[in-house]
Amino acid sequence: MTTHTQNPVRLLPGSELLLALVAAGGLLSILAAGFSHDHLFRLQAYVFAGAAVIFGFALTAGISGGTLKYEPDRYMDGVIRAGVIATMFWAVIGMLVGVVIACQLAWPTIFYFPEAGWLNFGRLRPLHTSGVIFAFGGNALICTSFWVVQRTCRARLAGGILPWFVFWGYQMFIALAALGYVTGITQGREYAEPEWIVDLWLTVVWVAYLLVFLGTIWKRKEPHIYVANWFYLAFIVTVAVLHLVNNAALPVGPLNHRAYSLFSGVQDALTQWWYGHNAVGFFLTAGFLGIMYYFVPKRAEKPVFSYRLSIVHFWALIFIYIWAGPHHLHYTALPQWAQTLGMTFSIMLWMPSWGGMINGLMTLSGAWDKVRTDPVIRMMVVSLAFYGMSTFEGPLMSIREVNSLSHYTDWTIGHVHSGALGWVGFISFGAIYCMVPWLWKKEKMFSNTLIEWHFWIATSGILLYIAAMWVSGIMEGLMWRAYTDQGFLAFSFIETVSAKHIEFIIRVLGGAMFLGGALIMVYNIWRTIRMPSTAPQAEARPALAAA
Amino acid sequence: MTYETVSKIAQQGGLVYFTLIFLAGVAYALWPSHRDAFRKAASLPLEDEDLAND
Repeated sequence: MTTHTQNPVRLLPGSELLLALVAAGGLLSILAAGFSHDHLFRLQAYVFAGAAVIFGFALTAGISGGTLKYEPDRYMDGVIRAGVIATMFWAVIGMLVGVVIACQLAWPTIFYFPEAGWLNFGRLRPLHTSGVIFAFGGNALICTSFWVVQRTCRARLAGGILPWFVFWGYQMFIALAALGYVTGITQGREYAEPEWIVDLWLTVVWVAYLLVFLGTIWKRKEPHIYVANWFYLAFIVTVAVLHLVNNAALPVGPLNHRAYSLFSGVQDALTQWWYGHNAVGFFLTAGFLGIMYYFVPKRAEKPVFSYRLSIVHFWALIFIYIWAGPHHLHYTALPQWAQTLGMTFSIMLWMPSWGGMINGLMTLSGAWDKVRTDPVIRMMVVSLAFYGMSTFEGPLMSIREVNSLSHYTDWTIGHVHSGALGWVGFISFGAIYCMVPWLWKKEKMFSNTLIEWHFWIATSGILLYIAAMWVSGIMEGLMWRAYTDQGFLAFSFIETVSAKHIEFIIRVLGGAMFLGGALIMVYNIWRTIRMPSTAPQAEARPALAAA
Repeated sequence: MTYETVSKIAQQGGLVYFTLIFLAGVAYALWPSHRDAFRKAASLPLEDEDLAND
């Protein structure tokens, strides 16, 4: 505080307040750990306390060392650099766990560890899904949204120290959730496994994220709010609503990790899939469409093909997606009319999805040669192709009669991965390949050849993965419904599992190739960061904050 | 108020309300006087100099 007045360096507003809150939070966590009789709750409290100590020291060092500089006339890019590194870190972790659990399915006798319960499939599977969706995808969305909202609003991120709180708070959420999964803390809701205390923490972080995003739009210099920001805002707002409703629960006690949902029976099932499908619609689709609407035109150096279409695309997508959830509950206790409603809206979704895909692809009009010469553009084009394919496959699978074959089979897993690896993975990789040279002031990525390798290895990996899952999914679906002449089931369940052995091995190979591509990318980014900077005069001033 | 009354209001009112605001969105997108603003907005990502250069 004393150096503050003498030093010309202005501190990020709110730094001292955040330090005070971190200290208070750490003290509260230690008290909570001390009074709790629930060892899993104590574990979570100790993580909060440990994090408070680390962040307390880091913030103190940042405040006294002057690294948390406030430069109102510059974009805030340090937090985006940190976000890029976190995105790639979690990509590797999440995909590695995916390969591990694929091995457990393919070779259950080798990759089974009875003495290490936390390594069992049931514990690792949510670690994989949350790791790739929320840790990799979430960090990609947060850091790209911070880049896009600043550039298209021509305004620095609002909120002083708040963007840094959003970044580190989100990493805390991931660490707490991951620790919970392996130690057995789960409320058993798909894509929403964390229990109440972690849910509350995410709510705090998410509200801060919304405030940063809205605050930046509020002080924009560009009068028009660019369409990518609409998609990002829809993602942030809707995820907040979904999270609050789906996780409405009553804790067993204030110092107990367990809570019970306020919903029960079929209402609970519908709530979970209203959440689950809109996590796909607004987290994995709307947010990444925000990436698409900025980075595809930017990389192709062409304006958006049709801005009018982008507006219609936006409104149609958000109006329709929110109703599609019941297609996850065909042939259940959910009323037939509600199932039909979900199915109908899912089929209608095909149109806005393809409208968006066409808008993205046609943005390349006049720049199609870049698909041959630029592997990053090619990655984005393939991403849009997978988006188109999986948004055709989804409506198809939502039809009740098709669903009777596909549901509970590996076809669903294949569908999810063509969306997650193909669309979400590739559009994120493409955006990061664009941003790394911009953020670290380099002329270009270290190696274009390595991007080519990444592209081809990962694309082949996705194709192996989804082709194997189509085959095994349709096969097991048909085997489950096969009857003998006497009307008995033709196959026992274990026969339908062992029939998939070869496809499971192909899946391991496909997943390992996708992970291998990500590792090549990590190496390429690391070498790019270590390259000498281009450093034109305008960029001579030091970059903001230690990333 | 019975369940039937509430659900009728919600379903029919919701249908009208959602249809109207969706049509408002489409009208906004297709309104002829917005043509130039949207043409400019379509190339917004292409023009981002550093903030310090303003």
